[in-house]
Amino acid sequence: MNRVLIANRGEIACRIIRAAKTVGVETVAIYSEADVDLPHVALADQAVLVGPANARQSYLDMDKLLSVASETGCTMVHPGYGFMSENAEFARRVQAEGLAFVGPAPDHIELMGDKQNARAAAIEAGVPVLPGTQRLTADETTWSVEARRIGYPLLVKAVAGGGGHGMKLIESEEKLLPVIQQTSEFAARIFGDGGVYLERCLQEARHIEVQVFGFGSSGAVHLFERDCSLQRRHQKVIEEAPAPGLTETVRAEMTEAALRLVRSIGYVGAGTVEYLYDPATEEFYFLEMNTRIQVEHPVSEMITGIDLVAWQLRCAMADERVVLAQQSDIAINGAAVEARVYAENPAKKFLPVPGEIKRLILPDLPGVRWETGYRSGNSVTVHYDPLILKVIAHGSDRKDALQRLSHALRTMEIEAKGSNLSFLLDLLETPEVQAGKIDTGMIERNIVA
Amino acid sequence: MALEEVHSPVSGTIWKLEKAVGDQVTSTEDILIVESMKMEIGVQSPKNGKLVEFKLAEGDAVDEGDVLAIIEV
Repeated sequence: MNRVLIANRGEIACRIIRAAKTVGVETVAIYSEADVDLPHVALADQAVLVGPANARQSYLDMDKLLSVASETGCTMVHPGYGFMSENAEFARRVQAEGLAFVGPAPDHIELMGDKQNARAAAIEAGVPVLPGTQRLTADETTWSVEARRIGYPLLVKAVAGGGGHGMKLIESEEKLLPVIQQTSEFAARIFGDGGVYLERCLQEARHIEVQVFGFGSSGAVHLFERDCSLQRRHQKVIEEAPAPGLTETVRAEMTEAALRLVRSIGYVGAGTVEYLYDPATEEFYFLEMNTRIQVEHPVSEMITGIDLVAWQLRCAMADERVVLAQQSDIAINGAAVEARVYAENPAKKFLPVPGEIKRLILPDLPGVRWETGYRSGNSVTVHYDPLILKVIAHGSDRKDALQRLSHALRTMEIEAKGSNLSFLLDLLETPEVQAGKIDTGMIERNIVA
Repeated sequence: MALEEVHSPVSGTIWKLEKAVGDQVTSTEDILIVESMKMEIGVQSPKNGKLVEFKLAEGDAVDEGDVLAIIEV
């Protein structure tokens, strides 16, 4: 009997439990003292308390997680997203215990976790990258020379950063030195590595990413792309598949490039190759590769009919139904859009608003899928991320999906201390979103005061 | 001389004190950072002045509205 330890919490833990049941795998959930009443604890076949609310002493405590996996007789560990999902050391230790890590090889987590090495791998595989530098040396005199070669505005990024953390915009040369120094100090403090590099900043670019699934030496397939351009402070708010207005030629180039990268390293499992896309020139550039299941994976599932988490589990069990997947069997059906409902207050600079969710009613609607880790009476606490739920709407085309999404958001009932629901509804109504004229700066320019 | 309180805009924990008691502070600089829901939220003084006291230390839990520091303006 296969049994999986779900080293995560909330909505992604519930999502993994659901997939595990469909592929006949038993589930062991973990929870902290703050999460005793959450649905993932009750949904799993068994659940184990791993420590206090502070994630470092619970969800991030490697020794504890490994001992729970061993004591409960688990055969594999699924890390979800966040927490331990991109921690190569954890993956190695899971494997050293004789368990399957539901994810890629630890070496590949490490490779893609280092932005410079990831960029080098992309170049090696013939994937276009933005003009930029290697890790900057201590010699400050070279910085301005490099910056002029790349051109302003440019971004300074932490080698160990990601998801918008450890990244700063530099608009002109006089800001170059202080901002590089600040970013390096921040990175040293947060990531334990002060290494930074420079990269060209595309104005009005779109964030488009390709969902891939690798089978090691047997090749890889893609599940087309997602457009995640609607972001606020580099955090995604609305995601959709397929990307609106993308030509078949560009789509083919993007997905082929992603597969070249994945095949070149013999990648195993679910991953995402992220690009910046310049609609003016139809050029795309490699940003990074995420070596895990992503928050927005459901939009790809909705347009392809594939259960990615079930694939992850089958892949970890070396089930040939996944290994034999053919690209020609995967097609786009309609369109899907996801919105993230957060416990944050749009009227107060989107500050988080922890507190009890007194009432949460998510109605059954055609083409609509809800993903949440909460139910009425639970509390969103200060200890973890502010995501209350995701809602994904599938339709025959983009317009249909958007209408279903707005309808779902208007129909759901939530009584909490605060949420971004009204912001999401306003955003979906804007002419830019309706027309698919979106880019990564759109929310900051048009919505946020 | 008047004393002004600096309040926490959000519930969370004190992640980092960016200034020290005795420092001059301005309304555009962070005096400390509160961490809540994986976000780092900078807190500024309401007015320019001198930081005379921190009411809490790094790692302490805070509620929205709690007094974090006292500024002499």
